[in-house]
Amino acid sequence: MANLIVSLSPHAHGTDSVEKNMYGVIIALIPALIVSFLYFGLGSLIVCATSVAACLLFEWAITKYILRRERTTITDGSAIITGLLLSFNLPSNLPIWIILIGALVAIGVGKMTFGGLGNNPFNPALVGRAFLLVSFPVQMTTWPTVGQLGIEGYIDAQTEATPLSVMKTAIKTGDASVLDRLPDSLQMFLGNPDAAYGAGCLGEVCGAALVLGLLFMLWKKIITWHIPVSIVATVFILSGIMHAVNPVYANPVAEILSGGLLLGAIFMATDYVTSPMTAKGQIIYGICIGFLTLMIRDFGAYPEGMSFAILIMNAFTPLINNYCKPKRFGEVTAKN
Amino acid sequence: MKSFTFRIGGVHPDENKITAEIPTKEAELPKQAIFPLSQHIGAPAKPVVQKGDKVKVGTLLAEAGGFVSAPIFSSVSGTVAKIDASVDASGYRKPVIIINVEGDEWEEGIDRSDKLEKLSAHPELTPEEIVKRVRDNGIVGMGGACFPTAIKLTPPPTAKAECVIINGVECEPYITSDYRLMMEHPDEILVGVDLLMKAVKVDKGYIGIETNKPKAIELLEEKSKDYPHIQIVPLDKKYPQGGEKQLVDAVIRRQVPAPPAIPVNVGAVVQNVGTAFAVYQAVMKHKPLFERYVTVTGKKLTNPGNFLVRMGTPMSQLINACGGLPEGDNKILAGGPMMGKALPSIEVPIVKGTNSVTVLTDADAHRKEPSPCIRCAKCVSACPMGLEPYLLATLSAHQDWERDEQEDIVSCIECGSCQFTCPAHRPLLDNIRAGKQTVMGIIRERAAKAKAEAEAKKAAEEQKAAK
Amino acid sequence: MDFLITPVIILGAIGLIAAVVLFACSKKFAVKEDPRLPLINEALPQANCGGCGFPGCSGFASACIKAAESGSLDGLNCSVGGPKAMGQIADILGLSVAASTPKVAVVRCNGSCANRPKIAKYDGLQTCRTVNSCGAGETACGFGCLGCGDCVAACKFDAIHINPETGLPEMDENKCVACGACVKACPRNIIELRPQGIKGRRVWVSCVNKEKGPAVLKACKVSCIACGACVKACKFDAITVENNVAYIDAEKCKLCRACEAVCPRDAIRDINFPKPVEKKKPGAEKPATPAKPAAENAPKETINTNSTSVDAKTETPKNDAVAEKPIELKKEA
Repeated sequence: MANLIVSLSPHAHGTDSVEKNMYGVIIALIPALIVSFLYFGLGSLIVCATSVAACLLFEWAITKYILRRERTTITDGSAIITGLLLSFNLPSNLPIWIILIGALVAIGVGKMTFGGLGNNPFNPALVGRAFLLVSFPVQMTTWPTVGQLGIEGYIDAQTEATPLSVMKTAIKTGDASVLDRLPDSLQMFLGNPDAAYGAGCLGEVCGAALVLGLLFMLWKKIITWHIPVSIVATVFILSGIMHAVNPVYANPVAEILSGGLLLGAIFMATDYVTSPMTAKGQIIYGICIGFLTLMIRDFGAYPEGMSFAILIMNAFTPLINNYCKPKRFGEVTAKN
Repeated sequence: MKSFTFRIGGVHPDENKITAEIPTKEAELPKQAIFPLSQHIGAPAKPVVQKGDKVKVGTLLAEAGGFVSAPIFSSVSGTVAKIDASVDASGYRKPVIIINVEGDEWEEGIDRSDKLEKLSAHPELTPEEIVKRVRDNGIVGMGGACFPTAIKLTPPPTAKAECVIINGVECEPYITSDYRLMMEHPDEILVGVDLLMKAVKVDKGYIGIETNKPKAIELLEEKSKDYPHIQIVPLDKKYPQGGEKQLVDAVIRRQVPAPPAIPVNVGAVVQNVGTAFAVYQAVMKHKPLFERYVTVTGKKLTNPGNFLVRMGTPMSQLINACGGLPEGDNKILAGGPMMGKALPSIEVPIVKGTNSVTVLTDADAHRKEPSPCIRCAKCVSACPMGLEPYLLATLSAHQDWERDEQEDIVSCIECGSCQFTCPAHRPLLDNIRAGKQTVMGIIRERAAKAKAEAEAKKAAEEQKAAK
Repeated sequence: MDFLITPVIILGAIGLIAAVVLFACSKKFAVKEDPRLPLINEALPQANCGGCGFPGCSGFASACIKAAESGSLDGLNCSVGGPKAMGQIADILGLSVAASTPKVAVVRCNGSCANRPKIAKYDGLQTCRTVNSCGAGETACGFGCLGCGDCVAACKFDAIHINPETGLPEMDENKCVACGACVKACPRNIIELRPQGIKGRRVWVSCVNKEKGPAVLKACKVSCIACGACVKACKFDAITVENNVAYIDAEKCKLCRACEAVCPRDAIRDINFPKPVEKKKPGAEKPATPAKPAAENAPKETINTNSTSVDAKTETPKNDAVAEKPIELKKEA
């Protein structure tokens, strides 16, 4: 008889796995990916493919040649997510060499220096994006107009202001009528390619596709509602108050649907590794992100504040984890 | 049907109750029965027989070795072969009494008839008398923890019992012994509940049953019409509902505070259905605890089933009765896959707390390869005690006992929900359990030190006063 | 020049004010430190191993100063720095220190894979602490080494390593400073600090199994079965059998190795002796089981217990028979 196996309980294990969660997120990103192909055509394809391939390559090379680990981690899907999210944050005509630098910073600096998956304090894709935004401000803030599907959309694209820059102009000039140039909310939600000012990064042009991804992730229990809902609710309430006080600030629906807010709230702020562990902590984290985003958008130098807000709050995650404990069993009775 | 459940955490393992509808069979008598002297929490029992003594079914083999202890009775008739050490469920050798089986002769006092004795017909049974009979007949918690029942029935004077909650949840996958017991002996269980209620002087009893056992709920609801003070509570299927604290929360919406508090501090006395049945047999039929319902199960077993087993029967005999060990890598569990203990040998005997022998084969028997924590917080939301398993595991691995204690590691009930749910397959509970043991040791040490210091101080003061 | 003078003045003023504040603070909030503290710290190895029972070397230094007030350094010992460091500390404090015997950690288990057959396979977190809480472990011996290397992880001096062949930890004597970290880390209390001995020679019982004879016999080929042969053989009353396991008191042991020669189980080990012990003795006294000459000719400096024990095993097919024989032997002796 073969030796019996002994181990400590539990002996049963759920069917969940890291890969399942990661590929679930990738599936949730597909609608937005398709929309970006439809709107930006070849340019989008080049940016996405380069970013994903570069992230995988850098992760493989770093684990193999620098960390010298036996097992590479590229199959767990996390590098693909980083690549996709990074590309979603880039304009569709960004030169390949800039994307490569972004991917290197995202994977190399943002993730592998801290020991790889699970150890990074900041969202790697956002680290890459923030680095590019600071290093190449011109390339990173000129967005091709939606609908240039051919190669010309990549090499020599017509660019256009985004809804966010319209909002910024309104604030700078103090002229609320500038805001009339914004497309209407439904168009922004669906990402109508014919709309004026329909430009933006790859992943942020269609709110509907992102929300579809959110619903999928909620259904599959990959993430919980706390972070996205608290971010959106904070932005809605705060911008509503500001809009009511001074109409120079855009209306709350436009604030939510413009720029990377939904993309960030649904896919980047909810990154497992860099977000708080408890529901209470996640809500605090979401509220702070919403607040910071709006502050940067309305009072800061940049038109978009989502990525910086998330990075700032990533830094606070350990602190939040330290102070927000789940409700222990028995506390309920103790109070009674 | 309105059902309830506990409020924090929980997981949903696959049920795998393959033996649910297989009626219970009586297991064959063993050739040699092994009785470990420590089948319960507390002091080991002290043997009262010697090598060569003749014993009958129901003869006292060992008396309680302390206040928290329970006597052990023979389940077979025959001769005491030796009092020796033998491998127990942990793999360590522990003192046992070994009896060579000859025939099947029962002690005279045991009532072997099927006649149902109701409490109303026995006015002589005072609470004290019931507790005495429970203690004398060696009844312990049959759910697996094996805490002597008589002690649970005499709550400390600081707490007042308000109700008895009977655990018919059986939330562990695979196991069906409690379910079969409820289906086959509902009347006896209800009388047992009556007895338990009388013993702790309360007039409210609940039987919690998960909704994955609709037949048992239906049957007991039907039978309990004669017992207006016993209520059947349907509960959602969720692990670890059978945990004492979770069950109290689910049934009467009260949460037991952190240790050292016990359920009776919130007014509940929790007992297993198996215990209720054993109490009935002990009090009404004078039958000591020497046999129990055991599920022998496993996906690869050819004939899994439920058995009424005499204690001391080696597990190998039961496994052989079910078609023998399957080919391949096997893991044999005393108990279910969530909290059961993996055995290094199949010659381990069935004891008072063995509700199941589960055989996991091949892929089920192995752990999955762990990968780095992705901080998904699924363990936090699964923990039924509201702890942070990822943090406790890391702190324990780094041997930071002080912070472990601050993070309430001693509240952990070791249910395994965290490790079950972890997508990275991390050995969370392995680490937490080690941390919990160490922290509890530190706490005990500190308490002992404080006590000694207080005593020394007191003695010094007395000396001063005397001068 | 104006554009230069203003910043120079401003910076100079800031620097001056800061200097004054710093000076005032350093005087006002100065922590009074015993002047001997840095000296003692210098004498200590600064390994911060905690082997002395204090939090790091500076903790130990403060404890020494505190102890000096009562006039004695009894009970304080830095095993890492050894007598040299303690002597220096005593000099600094103007005290004398009793010479403490230098110690070294020894592993009291010889249950290698060959000696101790596996009866189960452990699957889970690979730390001794966890395996120990799982039960007896992979072998039938519930007392022996688990081989997961908690001691290796605990050692700050890189002095202990698991030998991949035997699966047992091995001590690097030159690196071991007897800080006791491995002793604390071992959940089964297998590692013991023993006096280094003359020329580093030590004899010890390499088994801690407290079970009774027959069970131990089955569990491991080199287990102590508490037959008492060594007790009889020892002329210096250095060996006691307690809880079914023999123990050699290093204080009384004269390193004659008579015990090792008679041990029927090869559970007693020695180290750093120039020649292996003459194992002929039991064979000569007990013709029933011929001793294997192969064992005594073993070329290794330390006795390789594996080879002899395998032979011992093959001679006696029935375990119970083995259990009786040593006892007979004891009577003869």
